[in-house]
Amino acid sequence: MHTEARTLVTIVTESAVERRITDDLKRIGAHGYTISEARGEGSRGVRSAGWEASSNIRIEVVCDANTADAIATHLRARYYDHYAMIMFMSEVRVLRPEKF
Amino acid sequence: MPSLDPIVLFFILGLAAGLARSDLRLPGAIYEFLSVVLLLAIGLKGGVELAQQSLAALLPQMIAVVIMGSLLPLVAYPVLRFVGRLSRIDSAAVAAHYGSVSVGTYAVAVAWLVSREVSFEEHLPLLLVMLEVPAIVVGILLARGAAAGTDWKRLGHEVFLGKSIVLLIGGLLIGWAAGPAALKPVSNLFFGLFHGVLALFLLEMGLVAAGQIGSLRRHGLFLVAFGVVFPLFGAVVGGMLGLLLGLSPGGTMLLATLAASASYIAVPAALRLALPAANPTLSLTASLGVTFPFNILVGIPLYMRLAETLHSIGG
Repeated sequence: MHTEARTLVTIVTESAVERRITDDLKRIGAHGYTISEARGEGSRGVRSAGWEASSNIRIEVVCDANTADAIATHLRARYYDHYAMIMFMSEVRVLRPEKF
Repeated sequence: MPSLDPIVLFFILGLAAGLARSDLRLPGAIYEFLSVVLLLAIGLKGGVELAQQSLAALLPQMIAVVIMGSLLPLVAYPVLRFVGRLSRIDSAAVAAHYGSVSVGTYAVAVAWLVSREVSFEEHLPLLLVMLEVPAIVVGILLARGAAAGTDWKRLGHEVFLGKSIVLLIGGLLIGWAAGPAALKPVSNLFFGLFHGVLALFLLEMGLVAAGQIGSLRRHGLFLVAFGVVFPLFGAVVGGMLGLLLGLSPGGTMLLATLAASASYIAVPAALRLALPAANPTLSLTASLGVTFPFNILVGIPLYMRLAETLHSIGG
């Protein structure tokens, strides 16, 4: 089966900024994203997802390498300083490259 | 010693379970559901009452509480900045939390009055809504000054369409439009189950408050003192305003409670976006770790006594 390489960008952050980030992603050129609830602990303490201020999300975007770079640059400049956020990228294989 | 209200005991259970690191936890969706029911119930109750009053007659009260909500952060700010030595932006953020109100605290105060058969003005939810927002604006102005680039249009959208305000105003409008008779079919859920829902909500709030206590150790004595003393000051201001506006002792106590309470839904959400550099732990530790438990456990009966005293002196 023929597959092509794309980049999976995973962002784990506060749900307070969900709307802003999804707006940013679309503007930068992502064709879609998937959001799920998440919880965990990091340098900014426990994000237990029990109530508003501690709720956390995981955003996943599959896109080409250039878009992934643009997303990373933008999020780092815009959110890293003040929000609980991590982001990592991995290479994935997709069946329908035109979709991403 | 008077017997403790069961809903307060639920809060203590949550607090104790959280402090003991029990694995008890309510799923986020349940918390969400409970707070939706509470916010709508409070809105509906107020809306039904509004149908029987002219809005013009309530206008002076609405204006008065907006002024109070804007002035409270202006008093809190210098205390936080110069006594507490917090940074400018953190002082402004904490001040905004204390100028705004906690719907959970209000709900407990209402339940307290209902269980003691003390009457109060049913339109107070309208004043509650009016108190949510002004402090947010004042807090942002304190942190940034008027000139700097705040995107007020976007922020206004986020603040006014935040969950708590949409549900409170939505409930007010539904109650106002439908009237008491038409609300009968839904009243079992919103009014009949109110105390049970509130009890579960407080169980969760106890767990959340316990989670804040850890960070209390880091942020020290000043926050504890501020989280207790400022609400007492707020209660006196709110109580005197209640007397001035001609509210009954029950209504005066509720306005005192509102002034004493600190926000943990609308303000944190708005400030997280408007003032990202403010440390949210500081505000939430004070408002949820100190002030919320203080008001629930100690404050509410105290504010009733305050209201009665004010009425016996002034009325």
